[in-house]
Amino acid sequence: MPDPTGLELIAQELRERHPGAVLDTLHFRGEATVAVEARQVREVLVTLREKGYDFLSSLHGVDYYPEEPRLGVHYQLLDMSAVDRICVKVRVPLDDPHVPSVVDLWPGANHPEREVYDMFGVVFDGHPDLRRILMPEDYEGHPQRRDFPIGGEPVIFTYNEDKIPGWSR
Amino acid sequence: MSTGLSDYRRQEQSITYTAEATGEMGLEQELLTINMGPHHPSTHGVLRLILTLEGEVIRDIKPVIGYVHTGIEKTAEQKSYWKVIPVVERMDYLSYYFNAMAFCSAVEKLLEIEVPKRAQYLRVIHMELNRIMSHLVWLGTSCIDLGAIGVWWYCFREREAVLDLFEMSSGQRMHTRYFQVGGVIEDIPAGWAERVRRFTRTMRTRADQYAALLDRNEIFLQRMRHTGVVDQRTLLDLGVTGPLLRATGHPWDLRKAAPYSSYEDFRFKIPVGTEGDNYDRYRVRHAEIYESCDIIDQALEGLPEGPHITPDRKVALPPRHELATSMEALIHHFKLVTEGFRVPPGEVYAPIESPRGELGCFVRSDGSAKPARVHMRDPSFVNLQMTAAAGRDTYLADFVATLAMIDPVLGGVDR
Repeated sequence: MPDPTGLELIAQELRERHPGAVLDTLHFRGEATVAVEARQVREVLVTLREKGYDFLSSLHGVDYYPEEPRLGVHYQLLDMSAVDRICVKVRVPLDDPHVPSVVDLWPGANHPEREVYDMFGVVFDGHPDLRRILMPEDYEGHPQRRDFPIGGEPVIFTYNEDKIPGWSR
Repeated sequence: MSTGLSDYRRQEQSITYTAEATGEMGLEQELLTINMGPHHPSTHGVLRLILTLEGEVIRDIKPVIGYVHTGIEKTAEQKSYWKVIPVVERMDYLSYYFNAMAFCSAVEKLLEIEVPKRAQYLRVIHMELNRIMSHLVWLGTSCIDLGAIGVWWYCFREREAVLDLFEMSSGQRMHTRYFQVGGVIEDIPAGWAERVRRFTRTMRTRADQYAALLDRNEIFLQRMRHTGVVDQRTLLDLGVTGPLLRATGHPWDLRKAAPYSSYEDFRFKIPVGTEGDNYDRYRVRHAEIYESCDIIDQALEGLPEGPHITPDRKVALPPRHELATSMEALIHHFKLVTEGFRVPPGEVYAPIESPRGELGCFVRSDGSAKPARVHMRDPSFVNLQMTAAAGRDTYLADFVATLAMIDPVLGGVDR
């Protein structure tokens, strides 16, 4: 993990190369995080990739309900030779949940991006195959959102099967 | 239903294929798209693969997953932190100690509590036993796919011995709920250490016997050598970690690279392959069984005295005997069992090395007693993306071996 000073140096370099991209930096429990503006996240990730953080170890979605902007996408980058991790974080509002896709940079982002789309409804622009992955394709809603009700699944019987959305014989 | 395509057909047609025939298609040739799974003995779970075949040769593979999605991450958000542990254990059902470890280390990171040395060692012992158990299930089931049923019986005999050890230390054979935030639930019972030593002694000779059965078996070698080769760069871009990456010669192992839970105290080697074919994948996992035995022996040898869980009563349950005499202990117990403990707000990511690669747990806390988000970076989920890279332009029969060596656990893939 870069120390607080190292994180600031990286953030400074990112600010110089991509004006307006870096919104905030955070050093918490030994983990370095850079908050980035959603439209420029691809360029920032390319720069970090050139700096050695060339392994995308994880990509996860977060719902910050009731805070705004609600949806968040985290990219956990790893530098294997220096054994160093950095997290890049973007936040997008619910009415414009668009984040550029990084599948062409890391093909391994394919399934994780589909999962975040499935669970949170974040649309990854440029993703080659953005379909639901864990939920059925005709499922309505994004179940990992914090305001998605639990226990609301109807049980299908013969008498009500026609009334269940998406269900057909 | 109205005319036109049914919903089902529409969904099926939204899946795109990139396969193209190589060369001229004869009059009697065509690309054939078939399903492998979801119920197929060699997919090791409910995995559906849509294969595009040109004769016997695979031209494209699309994995379709989600059949055993149970919403564990959503369930975890409804439970207090210590009640999440049994839920996340059920994700990757062959490496439950690792799931619990990833979650507990993330919460411990947020709470900034120190795990006692004895608890760290006990965790290492259980995780390495779990790694052996997971590799035994992988080897046994893989050999069934390759037609060698005998190996399966032998592997499951040893697996049974590991499960007996788990039962002795925690009362459960699987999903033991042994790891707690701050340590482990109970100290090991008397005589357990001796039984574990006896197990590692026999395990080494048994592993020798598996190798004797397989390494000179002409059929096995022909199906494993030079099949399913994927180069290192492709694997890294796909995010693949664990034995699959090490089989290409990349010595990336989080136990060495970024030691957690006192792994820096033990001497062990990281087995690597050379070519990255199925045989290397088998050899790497097989060699890891020996290394795990070594780690267990060292941990038992150097097992420090001391508490098995953090003395912080705000996080860990007080010992049972105190409840009858101490009012304070009773209050702590009541508070923990009803509300659970509160965790300072923040976001952390805790990666560990599971038998299948980097298992990371992301936890976001909003300051309450329930996590606001739990996400597992499950290695099976990410590693499954290499099916197309490993299976394209190979024979369908070879792909059965390749899929067995990728070792996906569908409980972890779908969560």
